[in-house]
Amino acid sequence: MSPRAASRLESIGFEQVYEYAAGKADWGSAGLPLEGENGSETRVGAYVRRDVPTCRLEDRLHDVCDELDATGWDTCFVVDEARVVLGRIGRRAIRRREDVTAEDAMTSGPSTVRPSMRLADAVARMRDQRLTNLPVTTSDGKLIGLLTRPDAERALAELGRAA
Amino acid sequence: MAQVVDRDAVRRLLAQEAAQLVEVLPAAEYEDEHLPGAISLPLKELDRSSAARLDPARPVIVYCYDLQ
Repeated sequence: MSPRAASRLESIGFEQVYEYAAGKADWGSAGLPLEGENGSETRVGAYVRRDVPTCRLEDRLHDVCDELDATGWDTCFVVDEARVVLGRIGRRAIRRREDVTAEDAMTSGPSTVRPSMRLADAVARMRDQRLTNLPVTTSDGKLIGLLTRPDAERALAELGRAA
Repeated sequence: MAQVVDRDAVRRLLAQEAAQLVEVLPAAEYEDEHLPGAISLPLKELDRSSAARLDPARPVIVYCYDLQ
């Protein structure tokens, strides 16, 4: 649709026409704000905990666990230098605290959602699949943070009361 | 032919060249969600009259939902 609109504007006489082909799906999935009746406040991105711990493949699990103990988190995402998610260290690995690297301890390729996902859909998914949280990444795989089920359910209830 | 730009280029055009963002989806979809500062000019209503809302001296960035 946007190529035709761009062409039409040029035919009318506009000389500086650009086409953002990836459109608002791309904008929202990058965690950038959207306005409107179903704008950013109804989307996952507004309720993500961005301080979720991260580590690198080569980090030692013992060191990762020590940091988690200090911060109270029970999960850690293994990311590359661009913050792309490579894996996740979960509660089982943390309990075992084996003398291994994060790469050896992680679960590869965790399921993720985009920040533009509707909050109601995220809550429904967590309820259906009995999940306690959802990792949130941009469309190019970079970690934004973690949506916890209590945060999401509380926010959804508040949105419902405000409607 | 219009130049296809990515997200970073959109942000630069908005910040540095006072570009105008135009959503060309139907108005209901614009009401649902749109990029900050965008105006609604649905493709089906796009003609010389509706385009008069735009400043021809400034860049115009059109977008819809995705690559479809």
